[in-house]
Amino acid sequence: MSLDQLYQQIILDHSKARHGSGLSQTEAPEGASTGQSHQLNPVCGDEVTLRLAVSDGKVAQVSWDGAGCSISMASASVFSELAEGMTVDELHGVIDSFREVLRSRGKVHADPELLGDAAAFEGVARYAARVKCAMISWVAAEDALNQAS
Amino acid sequence: MAVVSTPATLERAVPVMDNAEVLRIRNDFPVLNQLVNGQPLVYLDSGATSQNPLSVIEAEQEFYEQRNAAVHRGAHHLAVEATEAFEDARQTVADFIGADYAETVWTSNATEGLNLVSYALSNAALWAAQGRGDAGLKDLALQPGDEIVVTEMEHHANLIPWQELAFRTGATLRYLPVDDAGRLDLEHAAGIIGSRTRLLAFTHASNVLGTINPVRELVALGRAAGALVVLDACQSAPHMPLDVKALDVDFAVFSGHKMLAPTGIGVLYGKQELLDILPPFLTGGSMITTVTMERAEYLPAPQRFEAGTQRISQAVALAAAANYLTETGLDRIHRWEAELGQRMVTGLEALPGIRVLGPGAGQERIGLAAFDVEGVHAHDVGQFLDSKGIAVRVGHHCAQPLHRRLGLTATTRASAYLYNTTDDVDRFLDAVSGVRDYFRA
Repeated sequence: MSLDQLYQQIILDHSKARHGSGLSQTEAPEGASTGQSHQLNPVCGDEVTLRLAVSDGKVAQVSWDGAGCSISMASASVFSELAEGMTVDELHGVIDSFREVLRSRGKVHADPELLGDAAAFEGVARYAARVKCAMISWVAAEDALNQAS
Repeated sequence: MAVVSTPATLERAVPVMDNAEVLRIRNDFPVLNQLVNGQPLVYLDSGATSQNPLSVIEAEQEFYEQRNAAVHRGAHHLAVEATEAFEDARQTVADFIGADYAETVWTSNATEGLNLVSYALSNAALWAAQGRGDAGLKDLALQPGDEIVVTEMEHHANLIPWQELAFRTGATLRYLPVDDAGRLDLEHAAGIIGSRTRLLAFTHASNVLGTINPVRELVALGRAAGALVVLDACQSAPHMPLDVKALDVDFAVFSGHKMLAPTGIGVLYGKQELLDILPPFLTGGSMITTVTMERAEYLPAPQRFEAGTQRISQAVALAAAANYLTETGLDRIHRWEAELGQRMVTGLEALPGIRVLGPGAGQERIGLAAFDVEGVHAHDVGQFLDSKGIAVRVGHHCAQPLHRRLGLTATTRASAYLYNTTDDVDRFLDAVSGVRDYFRA
């Protein structure tokens, strides 16, 4: 397993782009139901606060602030792009699928149709110490989603 | 026949360590001889845990093969052998730090040693309040208005037990700040350590900054205030000569696994007059004289603080580790590691976007360096180095307040030991020089 399989181009790109970041400067859409969750990994100091807004049964907006390694920041960025526009049920399905892949130690392959760019995190599953980095924003999102819906 | 006489001083001079000697030393450490991710392992994480030489591994194995039994009980042959090995190990380790036999208490690790002192002191307050135990206990009991002083560079193990002691007794916790160069300001310290100070706890050498603290000056301030002085020797006992009596500290702790021994064994040194009157922390078997259904009387130190069946084989292995270090020479090890530390800092400072924590090149530091890579998180740095077979530590190194003081959440730390060559440091530096490009920082 080479380092490039862990740090795929798409992950490095997202770690710089940070789609959806800037929670403190972003208002939630009017009338939307929101949930917000803060997650911290005490081992490495990765930290994410993510807010999710649901309107008419669909994810209207994902917004977050965070600090951490490239895997954790890219993962939050990918999630933000992927989740917007999904129904609550669809998003629960995507989160479950992502978690299953990440916890499989490389045994379960990611479905690119379902996970989109998030399929690039499949390689992380082989690095046990990094699984939490990839999961942190998704754990925050699931918590926020449960509050908002 | 012409006789050329050699001056006595030259005859006695011990050569400094060099790479050739280190390569011989490495043969004693089987774990170092392996490939990681296709490259020879460079182990630079001894500050977290060190590797074991064969003599240590064999000492533990020999104990289990030849002498295993419970100690301090039973009249049979193996029990006698095991007790002898266990207590001989205590004497060896006592000698290693300049302590007396009865002042050397086995613990699981330094963390347990510090918690032991913390709980024994709050128990002293409880005993004194009820007139139990030695009359001197009332002088050790902390109360509201008293102060405990630590430093801003402490490992959590030498911070949280004192936070909790302050909570239990109503005392106030204060700290000596660290300056931008990672040093304690002694003038500032003299303003903080005063008549209210009842306990002063600090690290001998910082596990993050690499700073060696001015122990004598700090002990003098503590003594003048009438405070107990606790020394965290985790990063000094394994790496440099340590004489707890010469330093005149009241307590000192260190962990075996950071000094070539297995996990699960550590040492608490305490002055005899303190250990003999302090109430125990853990209670149970092996530490009592007389027990009735109502109460118990306790043995003097060290058994007073060693409740339950002890870590016998680990103690034997720790003594073997102490012997290995003594035979190599701690002064020589210290000088070699200081050289490796300088090589790290000099090399790191020459790289763009790297910020080394603590003293700069040319200033005293132990054989470790923690650093921040601009634009790249420490976790990614560690992963990148691992792909090249280089083991370092990433994170806050159990020193969150220190990192916060320096405006950081996580750093990367390389820490050397007697088995590291200058080539190890150079491979590490070469790898670090590629990190920012890889992550496009």
